[in-house]
Amino acid sequence: MSRRTTPQEDFIRGIWKENPVLVQLLGLCPTLAVTGTVDNALTMGIATFFVLLGSSVLVATFKSVIPKEVRISAYILVIATFVTIADNVLHAVVPEIHKSLGPFVPLIVVNCIILGRQEAFASKNTVGRATLDAIGTGFGFIITMMIMGSMRELLGNGTWLGYPLFGAHFEPWVIMVLPPGGFFTLGFILLGIAWWKGRTAVPVRPRRWPHGVTTEVGGSTS
Amino acid sequence: MKELFWIFISASLVSNFTLALFLGLCPFLGVSGKVATAVRMGMANIFVLVITSLTVSALNTWVLPHAPYLQLISFIVVIASLVQIVEMAIKKLSPTLFRELGIFLPLITTNCAILGLALFQTNRGYGFMEGLVFALGGGVGLTLALVLMASIRETVELADVPSVARNMGLVLILAGSLSLAFMGFAGLFSS
Repeated sequence: MSRRTTPQEDFIRGIWKENPVLVQLLGLCPTLAVTGTVDNALTMGIATFFVLLGSSVLVATFKSVIPKEVRISAYILVIATFVTIADNVLHAVVPEIHKSLGPFVPLIVVNCIILGRQEAFASKNTVGRATLDAIGTGFGFIITMMIMGSMRELLGNGTWLGYPLFGAHFEPWVIMVLPPGGFFTLGFILLGIAWWKGRTAVPVRPRRWPHGVTTEVGGSTS
Repeated sequence: MKELFWIFISASLVSNFTLALFLGLCPFLGVSGKVATAVRMGMANIFVLVITSLTVSALNTWVLPHAPYLQLISFIVVIASLVQIVEMAIKKLSPTLFRELGIFLPLITTNCAILGLALFQTNRGYGFMEGLVFALGGGVGLTLALVLMASIRETVELADVPSVARNMGLVLILAGSLSLAFMGFAGLFSS
């Protein structure tokens, strides 16, 4: 962190400006794999949020004790411990969803978002700042999961959280809940964001020199 | 023997690691710009997957029956250290091979495909031979997806694409089309 940031910025940053999935393109595996239905996506989002928060707090607390040479291994061990907790809790509380998520709950360990936040932020900042940052990034991830899950379930199944919304005449686009639908949904969201940014950005105009001045680089030869 | 053949076909084509299970997307999107790089990345992947499969078979046989709660932690620690050791050995024994695979090996260790293979192999109760064939099939499938994607992207590079689509969005839609094509292989099993 070369620039000082305020606590509010730490919190807000992860939600939109540096959204982990939509802007940084991290953690794509769960974003694409478990967003077929809203409840799977929400469960995955909350589990990741818990792991991110827990490991950020722990890493920030013990940052001066962890030797620099083995820090990545230490982070992975901390993350794996929290994932084991999350896995067992999900297994006990929502066994149905846990079964349909399958190996993707243990795979939170290799989610780049979590390791990335430890390396880039939690290991260099105070516990309070690391907590705010983890909550912001976690919310950003949950929001993205909800957007993906809602779009795929609505279009692919005509329901939202299991409630039918479109009536009997809706023909579901089955492809949206199958694997290709995940790629298509995220692809179109990214295209939409690129279009939005290009639309609001000021168009680049060729620089006009005062009359009579010539430049070799600019190419105005009159 | 027939069983093993179907495990191979299933892992490489029908439920392709990248295009159907979404494992190993980081290299799939990150290093699929050039065909030559993609081939080397795929080879390194096959290599690490096979080592992982052997490790997981050993852990499942001797360690985990006594301490099932250590599953996740032991997979990660043991696989990461083993890949590190193998990397050092290759560096010493065959510098040529190290130059071909070397840069990619540490990156691959923290890839979802590796841990995914370990978890799937355990969940499905594959033994030594089945696990090995599963790893080979998965690796071949990954390589196939990587090389196909790299070839498409090399072509798209020269095409006249609107400026909005000159980012990951287009790559993801291409991946979706590829995934759609691979769904056709599911027909192999219904007959």
